[in-house]
Amino acid sequence: MMKNLKGLALAGLTASSALFATSALAAEPVEIEYWQYFFDARVTAMEQLIEGFEAENPDITVKMTHFPYADYRTKVAAAIPAGEGPDVVQLFYGWLNDYIAAGLIQPLPVDTFAPSDIDRDFFPMVQAMKKDGAYYALPTAVRSLALFYNQRLFDEAGIEAPPANLDELVEIAQKLTKRDGAGNITQVGITTGMTAQDHHWFREVLVRQFGGTPYDEDYKVVGYNSEAGAAALKFYTDLEKEYGVTASGFMDEPQAAFKAGRAGMHIDGSFRIGSLNAIRGLKWGVAELPTAVDGTKSNYSSYWVNAVTSKAEGEKYEAALKFMSYITSDDAMQIWLDVVGELPAKPSVGMTEANANDPVFGPFIKGLAYARTTIFANESSQRQVLVDMVARTDLEGQSVAESLAIAAEAEQKILDTYYSK
Amino acid sequence: MALYRNLSIRQKQIVWAWTFLAVPVVFYVVIRFYPTGTAIMISFQEWNLLGARTWTGFDNYIKLWNDPVFWKVFRNTFAYLLIGTPLSLVLSFLIAYHLDQVRFMHGFMRMLYFLPFMTSAVAMAWVWRWFYQAVPIGLFNNILAGFGIAQIEFLNSTTNALPAVLAPAVWAGLGFQVIIFMAGIRAIPTSYYEAARIDGVGWWTILTQITLPLLRPTIVFIVVFSSIGFLRIFDHVFNMTTNNPGGPLNATKPMVLMIYDTAFNSFDMGYAAAQTVVLFTILLCVSLIQLRLLRST
Repeated sequence: MMKNLKGLALAGLTASSALFATSALAAEPVEIEYWQYFFDARVTAMEQLIEGFEAENPDITVKMTHFPYADYRTKVAAAIPAGEGPDVVQLFYGWLNDYIAAGLIQPLPVDTFAPSDIDRDFFPMVQAMKKDGAYYALPTAVRSLALFYNQRLFDEAGIEAPPANLDELVEIAQKLTKRDGAGNITQVGITTGMTAQDHHWFREVLVRQFGGTPYDEDYKVVGYNSEAGAAALKFYTDLEKEYGVTASGFMDEPQAAFKAGRAGMHIDGSFRIGSLNAIRGLKWGVAELPTAVDGTKSNYSSYWVNAVTSKAEGEKYEAALKFMSYITSDDAMQIWLDVVGELPAKPSVGMTEANANDPVFGPFIKGLAYARTTIFANESSQRQVLVDMVARTDLEGQSVAESLAIAAEAEQKILDTYYSK
Repeated sequence: MALYRNLSIRQKQIVWAWTFLAVPVVFYVVIRFYPTGTAIMISFQEWNLLGARTWTGFDNYIKLWNDPVFWKVFRNTFAYLLIGTPLSLVLSFLIAYHLDQVRFMHGFMRMLYFLPFMTSAVAMAWVWRWFYQAVPIGLFNNILAGFGIAQIEFLNSTTNALPAVLAPAVWAGLGFQVIIFMAGIRAIPTSYYEAARIDGVGWWTILTQITLPLLRPTIVFIVVFSSIGFLRIFDHVFNMTTNNPGGPLNATKPMVLMIYDTAFNSFDMGYAAAQTVVLFTILLCVSLIQLRLLRST
């Protein structure tokens, strides 16, 4: 026993001295840290990207750390000012202003990340990441909205194609709605719920399709308190009130109703694809969002971006920039699409023959070409305003115009408070 | 060391007592008092968690005073307290009073009542959330529909939602209160009851003249305990309304949820801290008033 231990200790010593010897010989590698929030597929995809990056740049190693989403922002905020934490960080596009104001991230140098090149190469909504002539952050992948439909229910009702415009949407939804003897709805034609993705559909799609603009150019002034906005809200609330093709809160959550096969159509983001794939026996298809009756198209896109933090200096800064260009390259975007199912941020990858005609990803990718990104001051509060707007018409019997005016005022107040800082 | 050696045994005991006491004292200072002090300080500042903190004086409190949502939430919080506490007090006493007289399967019955208290509030809230759904999935509405009765909007209603959220919270707390009440009932000396029976007194007189007066400390304890619980209600509300926390239209939002929302969705730490200070003050006042009642016995 004693002898064994001695042997083990000796072996350990030799091994460690060998280790020291080799590391002294090789050039000192630069280690940079990358942070993102924990989501299984994203972590797997990033591991693949890091592997590829390290193979290309043997003198750089990348250490990835991930946290539960709930702690993410707090950890980043505490770590960077303390000189700890990531050199390259992932953040939600809506947080950009806060991060810049707090000095947590630095602009990408214009010589390697020329704004004109990025303007040309990326989908247009990425321009929201440009401030004072320089980009601060870039996405690997983006998300957009599309219409999911239940193929089995479509076949059953004899519907051949998903709706192309809003009139057809109502018509088809009516055919798909079922009620029991007492008139209780048991299957909805289309799901609704401002708490899910519908607030994006309303803001960036419906308001524009009815001829309005949801905000001014900088997203600092609310613009939907108009005739167009009222028409859009009337259309939305009429789905339940007038046409009776939906019920808000039906089966608790819109996506739950769709997954259970109790909803004919469902508007949701590309991030839903993965969880729908996991439902056995559900036969579904994807179509582009219905256009306005006059053919106006619109879509909403959101994304997570990567940025170089203010902590990265010297050779770590150089390494961080290399890593940034690697994870925003065409190859990285294809990996992200294949592994995570999120859409490429560049037309050069997204609009390839294979991707754009993919039956599942295709409609989302096509939507990107005309998608807009809302610049939120506080997404959850601004969403709450729209949730309450619909709730007032639904629960308190308030008129569409009145409720819309209150919502516009409340949202304007949020924007004013935020931008006056 | 010499200093210690010269102490008397009594003094040494005191030194050791303090040494051991120091551990929880330090723990409390670091874990409780320091953050409390910081929270009070932050309530006079503006801070979004990312940038620097700036002093703003009483701005957060003025904003709170003028915030209609705060007053709505304030009313909700007291609705939880004023409906929840008496309701759970009466229910738990009735159950304990009758359970005390049951001999058959007494232990099993007691366990049944105690079970909800041991269940995770999150799991319970989600099960009740399912109960409350509309047709075709909700349990209650399916039963109603089965009898041809119109559905009731439990959660999607500005009037029904608060009682609907409160019900499982009351139910969950019952088990504990029943046990405390039963212990209180058992602690009353049987000689009082024997004397009463010899005098030929009815059950109503026994209840109001013997049982209830002697249960006063138990009742005060349960009132204080459940009041604090209802003033701090959060998990039931949050889990039953996750899609629209505290909704619809803030109908179910309690103060703790507003604090959470302000701090971790709006990242307005100063404003959230000001709300915390107000909640702290309310809790302190309610507890002090109730303890004063206890002392008067």
